[in-house]
Parts: sequence; structure tokens; C-alpha cells
Amino acid sequence: MGEDAEGTSSIVDGVHYHQFDIVIVGAGGAGMRAAIEAGPHARTAVISKLYPTRSHTGAAQGGMAAALANVEEDNWEWHTYDTVKGGDYLVDQDAAEILAKEAIDAVIDLENMGLPFNRTPDGKIDQRRFGGHTREHGKSPVRRACYAADRTGHMILQTLFQNCVRLGINFFNEFYVLDMVMTEVDGVEKPSGVVAYELATGELHVFQAKAIIFATGGFGKIFKTTSNAHTLTGDGVGIIWRKGLPLEDMEFFQFHPTGLAGLGILLSEAARGEGAILRNSTGERFMERYTPTLKDLAPRDIVARSMATEIREGRGAGPNKDYLYLDITHLEPAVIDEKLPDITEFARTYLGVEPYTEPVPVLPTAHYAMGGIPTNNNAEVLRNNTETVPGLYAAGECACVSVHGSNRLGTNSLLDINVFGKRAGNNAVEYVKTAEWVPLPENPASGVQKILDMVRSGTGTENIAAIRKELQDSMDRNAQIFRTDESLGEVTKLIETLRARYHNIALRDKGKRFNTDLLEAVELGFLLDLAEVLVYSARSRKESRGGHMREDYPERDDKNFLVHTMAYLTGDPESAEAGEHIRLDWKPVVITNYPPMERKY
Amino acid sequence: MSNAVLDNRPSVPEEVPTFTATLIIRRYDPEVDDEPRWEDFDVVMQGTDRVLDALHKIKWEQDASLSFRRSCAHGVCGSDAMRINGRNRLACKTLLKDLDLSKPIYVEAIKGLPLEKDLIVNMDPFFESFKEVQPFLMASSKPEKERLQSPVERARFDDTTKCILCAACTSSCPVFWTDGQYFGPAAIVNAHRFIFDSRDEGAEVRLDILNDKEGVWRCRTTFNCTEACPRGIQVTQAIAEVKAAVLRGKP
Repeated sequence: MGEDAEGTSSIVDGVHYHQFDIVIVGAGGAGMRAAIEAGPHARTAVISKLYPTRSHTGAAQGGMAAALANVEEDNWEWHTYDTVKGGDYLVDQDAAEILAKEAIDAVIDLENMGLPFNRTPDGKIDQRRFGGHTREHGKSPVRRACYAADRTGHMILQTLFQNCVRLGINFFNEFYVLDMVMTEVDGVEKPSGVVAYELATGELHVFQAKAIIFATGGFGKIFKTTSNAHTLTGDGVGIIWRKGLPLEDMEFFQFHPTGLAGLGILLSEAARGEGAILRNSTGERFMERYTPTLKDLAPRDIVARSMATEIREGRGAGPNKDYLYLDITHLEPAVIDEKLPDITEFARTYLGVEPYTEPVPVLPTAHYAMGGIPTNNNAEVLRNNTETVPGLYAAGECACVSVHGSNRLGTNSLLDINVFGKRAGNNAVEYVKTAEWVPLPENPASGVQKILDMVRSGTGTENIAAIRKELQDSMDRNAQIFRTDESLGEVTKLIETLRARYHNIALRDKGKRFNTDLLEAVELGFLLDLAEVLVYSARSRKESRGGHMREDYPERDDKNFLVHTMAYLTGDPESAEAGEHIRLDWKPVVITNYPPMERKY
Repeated sequence: MSNAVLDNRPSVPEEVPTFTATLIIRRYDPEVDDEPRWEDFDVVMQGTDRVLDALHKIKWEQDASLSFRRSCAHGVCGSDAMRINGRNRLACKTLLKDLDLSKPIYVEAIKGLPLEKDLIVNMDPFFESFKEVQPFLMASSKPEKERLQSPVERARFDDTTKCILCAACTSSCPVFWTDGQYFGPAAIVNAHRFIFDSRDEGAEVRLDILNDKEGVWRCRTTFNCTEACPRGIQVTQAIAEVKAAVLRGKP
């Protein structure tokens, strides 16, 4: 075995073997935050299918919530309450309390690491308003979001990467993790490593590790209109799913109110935090009708639904009455330039609209998965409602703690990746201090070999992009803001046929080097899996809560559905009926201080 | 309720006209080709489409082996810097209507970094230069809360915090093309971001590194980098400020 940075490596039968104490899959905010904790204390590797600074944390704009009270009275208890109410009471309240309490240190950590936050006149971190964040349990908006212009996520990603450079963290860039291998030890299945496909060479790498942290982000590419990057195909969540481990609350997907119409590119909620107003075709500030107290700063699920309602009722703008306006023309250009420079440039570049003087056409865009890999408050992955998988962690959008419940508040995701990324890193360090190595199975790369053989050997006539497009179009049509049993049934049926067609694809690129054709084929497999479990979970939740709106069940139903959905893959995913291979279970919501109430703003 | 704002509503035409764009792409498959070669593609597009949309359309409908990097698709992740009609740009930030559509659109990989396949280059040398300037905050104090920094101090280095490490600047620099040892504009931009941060104590270390023969003095002020930067960073000015700091110390 040779030394590979701090780990060890060798090659057997053309497969590379590496050994690290901790392997982190994903180099976005959560992964790198974990690496900063783990790197100095354990042999750590970060594996990413991108270069770290390409991760989608960098696209987050508006801010990171923490009750610093730098500009007005605030405290973490108000933040906890807002988070619980924002998530329509499906939030685990103990987890929300941790999120809000540790937020303060998380922001200070980042500042100390070098993050250039905007400042108040007396030199402290400045804060601004954001949707659903209030003072005194909903009385009025509060300035809680710490920010760096409208590129807070960019600055977080850069700062974390800079600190990983400082610490000399081992990165394996453009390594695509396709499988996790598990080995039974004393009757318990434990993860023993992950298997990655090296994009540059087409070679396989097995990483044996005592602890594995998944931080692979979201899967917005199951939808057509999305703020998510092309690379957000849910691979990590899909890997966990295929292992038969549960996925929690997959039906809850957030549609961000203000995507650029027709494109889905995000215009930060920070715009409304700074005073922007949503208007319909008549110029009316319609949010006053839906949420008279918070108006345009209501949580995203409510704003997105209100917008969809305006369009349905014929008050959409434009020749086809199919979008609304985000109006910042009343803000001073100097304020816009200082606080919202990037998003105004997006409007200029992509729509040719001048936000100083013209309202910007916007539409809701698929943005964030509230659900994902279930974890406890220590970022340990759950194998069922109560037990964890030893040595396995998840953090960030791929995970479901659940601090977001059925609807995440803006600025709580940049917070989530920092609080729970740090927890994942620290807990993995503690775990590997005493954990034994879990032996790799006989041929650890065989699972990945099977996936690659499947996509490579295809000689069919189906086009990967066409299948993906049909999936995305149908998800937008049937599983977006408004859902019914009928619409969800339609997309379920489609997924069955797309799955069959997926087996009939042919790769045009037969090469080994940078085979992005192969990459997209594999990603499509994960998209199909995740879309199916999302829709299956959504069909079973016969109520409306947060980001999940069932027109056939328009009320929240706490009697039957104040529970988390836990979905398991239990059979052959190829079996025609989803019900033949997906089993649902329910997990209680942790309620501490805030009994469910009607959600009004 | 005032409707004044809607008097300025953007005019969206009923139907966006389509046209056939010709892209001439410099292809290279290391497993097949000895030399890069140019290949033409015709695609039906709209003016508001991005060059990235055209590349995707080719990949998804005509030739799935066409290889390029991309992720966010709106100019913030820095994956898809490439040479478009001889100029470094992000494919996702270049709208077709802003190019001369009476002619074909030439697309090739950025220069000065080893070509891997089609529009993909090896980015490792670029990131190595970035790491060499010690791009992280060096501060010895251990404050209990945030370090204080006035808005004016914060504004001093705002421009260079925008860098997305796309390499458009560095790979547009004639000095970098001929001398791969030169740190290149992006690394200097990231050094600038810390040298002029009031909280940082490592300016001398970085200025020393950049005073090296492969450092700032190699810059010939051709302004290619500033023109190439998709984030609008005044790269040449940042380099000039670093040069001045090397001579006179951190201001």
C-alpha cells in the first residue's frame, strides 16, 4: 500500500483502493463544514463529483439566520418558534431548538474563518429581514438574516473552501460516488466504504472508511423549472434509498416564489426582505390579501401558492397571463447596487429587464427538498424510526433532521449546513476514535460495475435527455404546487414506462475519459428513483401541509398526518406497481414547547 | 394602489422567433484523436438562449459525446468558462442574441491549461496557483464574537470577493499562455481579497510570495483578464493595487 496524502491506497485488478478514517461525500457547504471539523483529528477525504467551489451552496443568495440581535431585539427562542411554525408543525422541535441556538456560534465561526459579512455602521455583522422570521412569535418581521450582499452562499462556499485549503484537506475532485458498500458485523449492517467513478479516467475507486458522511445536496432536477444546478440529481439520497434505508418526508419539496419567469433562476427572497413587492397584472400587491401581517414576507409555501392562485384566477401578467411581477422600482438604485447586485444582474442578463425601472417577471421554481436521509440530532443516519446505522452520517439538503418540517424558512438552509455539517464532522471524529474497521465485502465494486454495465451495454434507441425531459415535464405538471391523487397517479404511471425505456438507452460516448454521457445516464437512474418515492409519499399524505398541497385534501389533518413519512425500498424497483416495492411507515414528530396551531401570518 | 410601475412593464413578444445557429466546436477525444479538430453543428435556437443551451441541445439531440463542464447554469459556479468567438466567457452567461449571428459561433476550450477532452481542461494547475497565495484569513486574535470591521473597510476588498474561480481571466492572459509558472490573475485577485481585508495579518507573507519572479511583475497590463471576468471584477486594477502594496507595503 502506498501513502495517499494522509490515507493509504493500492490498486487491485484495476480498481483503486483507498483507506481513510472518515470519508465525506460531497464538497458543498455541509461537506466542507464537516471536513473542517474532521480534518485536523482524523484521516479525512472529501469526494465530490465537482470541484468544490462549483457546489450549489454557492448559488444561495440571501442570508443565514441567527438571532445575533445586532440590529434589533431578537433571541433564539423566537427563531425556534418561527422555524416550527414555518414548517407547519412537522418540524422536530428539539432539532429546531438546536438549529436556532447553535446558529449564533455558526455565524461567528464563519466570520472568524474570514467570511466577509456586510457590516453595521459600528462594524458588527449586519442583518436583514426574511420571510417567516418574526419578533415575538409573529408580531412583525425581524432582522435576523446575516448576509454578504446577495451572494451569502458564494461567500460561505468560498470561506469553507479556503479553510479546507488552510487545513490541507484531501479532496478527490470529479469523483462520482455511485454506491455505498455495507458489511454485516455481529448481525448489524455497517457501512464499510463507498465506490466512486473517476470522471477523468473512467476508473473505479473503493474508499474504505470507518465513518461516512453524506453531504450530497438536493435533487431539484426531477423538476423542469428549478433553481437547482444541472448536477443536483440526488445521487447520495438515491444511494441510501437503494440500500433499503429509509427516506423521510420526501413529499415535501419547496417551490421558491421568485424564479425568473421561464428560466427558474432564483431571485433571492432578500429582495422582499429589502422591500420588494409582488404584484399581479393589475399592479395589486396581492399578498396583502393572503397574509395581511407579513404580506410579501410570508413563508415561501404560502407565497408560492398565492402566486399560483393569482395566475389560476386570471390575474397573471404577460400575454399569456402566466407570470407575476417582482417590483423593486421604488428602492433606491444605490441600495439595490449595494444589497442586491447579483439578482438585478440576472434580470438584466437573462430577461433583458432593468429592475431599477421595470418590474421583473417571476414564477415559483422548484428549489429545496425538505425531506431526505433521516438523521437524529447528531447527524447519525436512521435505519428505522429509532435505531441508527453505526458510522453513517448525513448533513445538509440531502438529510432530513427534521429542522424544516414541511416548509423551510429562507436562510435556514445555509444555517442547517453549518450547524449539522459541524455536528456530523465532530460526531464522526468521536466515532472513529473507538470504532473498529469494518471489512469490505469480497468484491466491493461489483454493485457499481453492474450499474455501469447496464448503461454501457444498452444498444437501444432511447435518448437519455428525452426520458429526463418527459419526467421533468410531468413532475412540473403533476407534482408541483398543486397536487391531486389523479395528477400524482399520472406521473406514477409515466415513471413506470420511463423506467422500462431507461433500460433501452444507448450511450453515444463509449470512451473512458470524461464520459459525461455515461454520467448523465447514471444520474437519470437516480432521478427516476427519487421522483417515484416523492410521488408515492405524496399520494399517501392525504392532507395539505406546508409545501405539500393536495387539492383533494385541502386541510391540514393533524389527527392522521402529524407524522413524518418514512419510505423504504422493499422489493425490485422494476416491479411495475410502486406499491410492490415501496413500503411506507410513519414516525412521530417531536413536539416540545409548541403545540400545533392554525398557521396564520 | 399605484399602477405606475406597470406602465413600465417589460414587453414580452407573443412568440419568440427561432433561427438556426451554427456552432463550430473544437473537438478533441484523447482516445481517438491525435489533434483537436473543428466540427460544425446546426441547432434551432432563440436569441434569448444561452450558448450553454445550444451546447446542451447538441449534446442531448445530436451528439451525446460532446463533453463540457457545467453546473449552476447562471454564472455563479464557474464551471463553464470557454472561448466563444475568441473571447473567454461563461457559456451560461452568454446569450446568443449578444453574438454576431450572421456568422458561425466558434467555441473552444480555454487556453493555457492542459486540454483533456473537447471543452474540458485540467483545472489542477489553476487551483495549485490559487493555493500558493495562501488564500485564507490569517488572524491571530481569538475574539469571543465577530471581529469588527467598518463598512468602509469591508468595501475595500468587496470587488475581489466576487471571484468564482472560473479561470476565465487566467486563461485569457498572454503571459500565462507562454509561462505556465505565472500565478495568473485569479490567484492575485484572491491574494488581493485578503491583503486588503482589515482583519487579515498575512499581507506580508502574500506580498512576499507575489514579489517572486512568477508573481505580479509578470503582468503586462493587457487588460484581457478584466475583459474576460464574468463577474465584472476590475482584475487589472486589483493587480495594480497588489503591485503598489509590494512596493510600498499594505496601505
